[in-house]
Amino acid sequence: MYQISSNLLFFSFITYLIATFFFGGAIKSQKEGKNKSAMIGITITIIGFISNLGYFVTRWIAAGQAPVNNMFEFVTFFGMMIIGAFILIYFIYRLNILGLFALPIAIIIIAYASVFPREIKPLVPSLKSYWLQIHVTTAALGEAILAVSFIVGLIYLIKNIDQKVRNKKTFWLEAVLYFIVTVIGFVIISTAFSISGYEADYKWIDKNGMEQKAVYNLPSLVAPHKGELLTKDKLEAPFEVPALINAKKLNSVIWSILAGAVLYGIIRLIIRKRIGAFLQPFVQKVDDDLMDEIGYRSVAIGFPVFTLGGLIFAMIWAQIAWTKFWSWDPKEDWALITWLFYAAYLHLRFNRNWTGEKSAWLAVIGFAIIMFNLVAVNLIIAGLHSYA
Amino acid sequence: MENFKCECGHMNPIGTVICESCGKPQDDNSNLLDMKYEGTARRSIVKNKTIIDKIWNFFSSVKIAIVIILITLIASALGTILPQRDLLPPTANPDTFYKDTYGVFGQIYDWLGLDNTFQSWWFMLLISSIGVSLVICSLDRIIPLYRALKNQRVTRHTNFLKRQRLFKISSTKNEEEQLNLVKNRLEKKKYKVREENGNLLAEKGRFSRWGPYVNHIGLIIFLFGVLLRYVPGMYMDKAMWVQEGQTKEVPGSNGSYYVQLHKFIFETYDVKTENKIFRKSIERVGNDRIPKNYQANVTLYKRVGNPIPGEDPKLKKVKDYSIKVNEPLQFNGISLYQVDYRLNEMTAFSFDLMNKKTGELFGPIKVDLSNPKAIYQIKPGYKVELKSYFPDFYFNKAGEPDTRTKNPNNPAFVFKMTTPETPQGEVAFVAIRQNIEPNGQNKYKMAFAGLETKNSTGLSVNKDYTLWVLSIGGAIFMIGLIQGMYWYHRRIWIQRQNDEIWVAGFTNKNYYGFKQELKKIFNDTDILMPEDQVLDKKSINTGGEHVSN
Repeated sequence: MYQISSNLLFFSFITYLIATFFFGGAIKSQKEGKNKSAMIGITITIIGFISNLGYFVTRWIAAGQAPVNNMFEFVTFFGMMIIGAFILIYFIYRLNILGLFALPIAIIIIAYASVFPREIKPLVPSLKSYWLQIHVTTAALGEAILAVSFIVGLIYLIKNIDQKVRNKKTFWLEAVLYFIVTVIGFVIISTAFSISGYEADYKWIDKNGMEQKAVYNLPSLVAPHKGELLTKDKLEAPFEVPALINAKKLNSVIWSILAGAVLYGIIRLIIRKRIGAFLQPFVQKVDDDLMDEIGYRSVAIGFPVFTLGGLIFAMIWAQIAWTKFWSWDPKEDWALITWLFYAAYLHLRFNRNWTGEKSAWLAVIGFAIIMFNLVAVNLIIAGLHSYA
Repeated sequence: MENFKCECGHMNPIGTVICESCGKPQDDNSNLLDMKYEGTARRSIVKNKTIIDKIWNFFSSVKIAIVIILITLIASALGTILPQRDLLPPTANPDTFYKDTYGVFGQIYDWLGLDNTFQSWWFMLLISSIGVSLVICSLDRIIPLYRALKNQRVTRHTNFLKRQRLFKISSTKNEEEQLNLVKNRLEKKKYKVREENGNLLAEKGRFSRWGPYVNHIGLIIFLFGVLLRYVPGMYMDKAMWVQEGQTKEVPGSNGSYYVQLHKFIFETYDVKTENKIFRKSIERVGNDRIPKNYQANVTLYKRVGNPIPGEDPKLKKVKDYSIKVNEPLQFNGISLYQVDYRLNEMTAFSFDLMNKKTGELFGPIKVDLSNPKAIYQIKPGYKVELKSYFPDFYFNKAGEPDTRTKNPNNPAFVFKMTTPETPQGEVAFVAIRQNIEPNGQNKYKMAFAGLETKNSTGLSVNKDYTLWVLSIGGAIFMIGLIQGMYWYHRRIWIQRQNDEIWVAGFTNKNYYGFKQELKKIFNDTDILMPEDQVLDKKSINTGGEHVSN
């Protein structure tokens, strides 16, 4: 069953890749809406999504528990929900350009998930509750719908930011795209070393003076505090960090930045302009108001779902598991920050008429907050939620 | 509030921008109307004299509300950079933790009070400002908006129609027939259609306009619930430790409930017994390293009758229950949560009195570590006196034996052993793996004969009478949010002006969906679908094709 589940996930990953190309083909054709390439694209996406659901169900059956309890499972589910939200929005608005952007974002997220340990983990006592599936799936669904507003916001910005001049706007747009490239770079490099089975063991001394072991899956550029390489014939790090800093995570961050920079450099060498400028012609025909409308609607739909899953269900479960509904745990704080941010978005829109470009920037920032909560809070800031 | 009379005869409060009844705009330009709050006269716009007016105006501003939200957002983010003081590991000393662990940055963080962000007075002030803003913003808008939507007439002023975002003039020969067709279609789309002098007003989803106010009321109730927590008696958070075999009073129950712990169970995941699918992840962490279950098997008792001082209370069993994480024991408004445990706590030591020369043993005696006796009589002539007892033994600064706590973590004893052979008694100091004789010449010694251990459970005892207020607030908030977000207020005015038919449309959001609906309604009729004047304007600006009549 576990094997079937993994195969289904791999299959859906491939179908999303293929579907992206068909949506790309659909953009080239002159008319928006129905065309053959887009029809094939959406059909393949739906097949992939069904297979993706199959992954979820079979993994649930195999484990006897909802597959949303570690980073791999949660991030995969989040990617799957983005696809789901995309399919839904696609059938409301029939926008092919959305496929060209939403699918790659979901693909990158699912690929990123696969960097984490993929095996099924048994539940620790605090997770043994039916609220696990209720809270986590609803929160992920809400975040995925909100992610759609980021995707259309990105399209809006790519289309409308003047690439002939160099200014803050082009810089920040390029920064967003650079970040996406960095994630791709990180996934590529992690996967490459993981396939080659790279492993370098260090023993080191932690801040309490205790000896610890660290396993590097990427060649070490920075060694842990008083680290000593145990594995032969592996790269010995030229630098060492203080005990306070998690050397292994820092090492991954340095590798991502390097991989991102190299990948970005290669892309720039090929396209010979900013990525934003390169993408601009693809989105030229997009209707600004429609993009703005979709962005706003995804916030309007996603915000209540996120409130329910990320705050209300979260509070109910916290009351049962942690004795109080709110503990100011970092993950909770960032859920609240996300919520406050989108509340501000809605008020700015209603009351200050922040539409169009301003709204699009807000959608991008909102997604950055969601990703920060998803990734950084789990990996960097330890708290009650650090299960993965 | 003073009134003024519109040309249609309706009395509007001073400051009204769009007549409540006929919709006549009170200004003289041709820009699109700002339909926010239907152009009503709000207190914050009309009054600005007294201090109260000024405070009211400050908090009624959505701009201010957004600023408060953003400041709260930034404060919350700052509060997550370093761990908060109350979430530090129990071994850390909060006074030195920040400096020792994070250096100068930690010191500054601590000094700024960010180590205690969420309990600080300024964070409370921010949350209360949000509360005040919610109340005033809502009050400022809801009543005028209600009046305007209630008083609106079917026939609207021409300037009102012209200045809607969606507007179009068409002409047709058989007005009656066409209007009826459109009217039927509108009704099929669930519009409420009102008629007046041959003019139509079709409206639906007006209740979605109340969504924001409903959700704000929910939030106000929620915040009120949070405040209630500080009222004595509304909230209680205590802890209790119970050892296996013990029966203890539940703190905060006024002596009316008791809990007995039968067994505390701690289980971990073991590759040998678990589903094979978990093998890899268990091995990654280490076998028997991932916790599986924390469980306290208890019996809950209720006291019968009044307590009599000096007597054990009479108890009646209420129920048996297994308290686990996620499965608290609840009774009479109190919840008992499994939050902590101690395994293999030493509860009793057994010793034999041993003749060093012959190895002959007398005893054993059992010393209860939480309630030791002063004298242990073994048999006539043989007795052991416990002269001193240090439950948590260490040498203090003066170099004397002392106890750190009252918990038997490292028990040590001073025994005086009396036998027929040693009628004066011999003194020995006995601790774990230590046996010190002050004169070094004892004939007898206390030989270790056994250890009894028990597990304890740490329970959190909580009472929270604010939960129902929070639940109601949360539920109302969600209802309001869904009401406001998932429905739209749409209005279509169809009016006869001489030989022409004027159509205007308004929606509070989602013009795209509204236009799709209008397309279907006006399809194949002589009445033209209203045009989007925002999009038209833009096509003029960008030099697009725009045909003006």
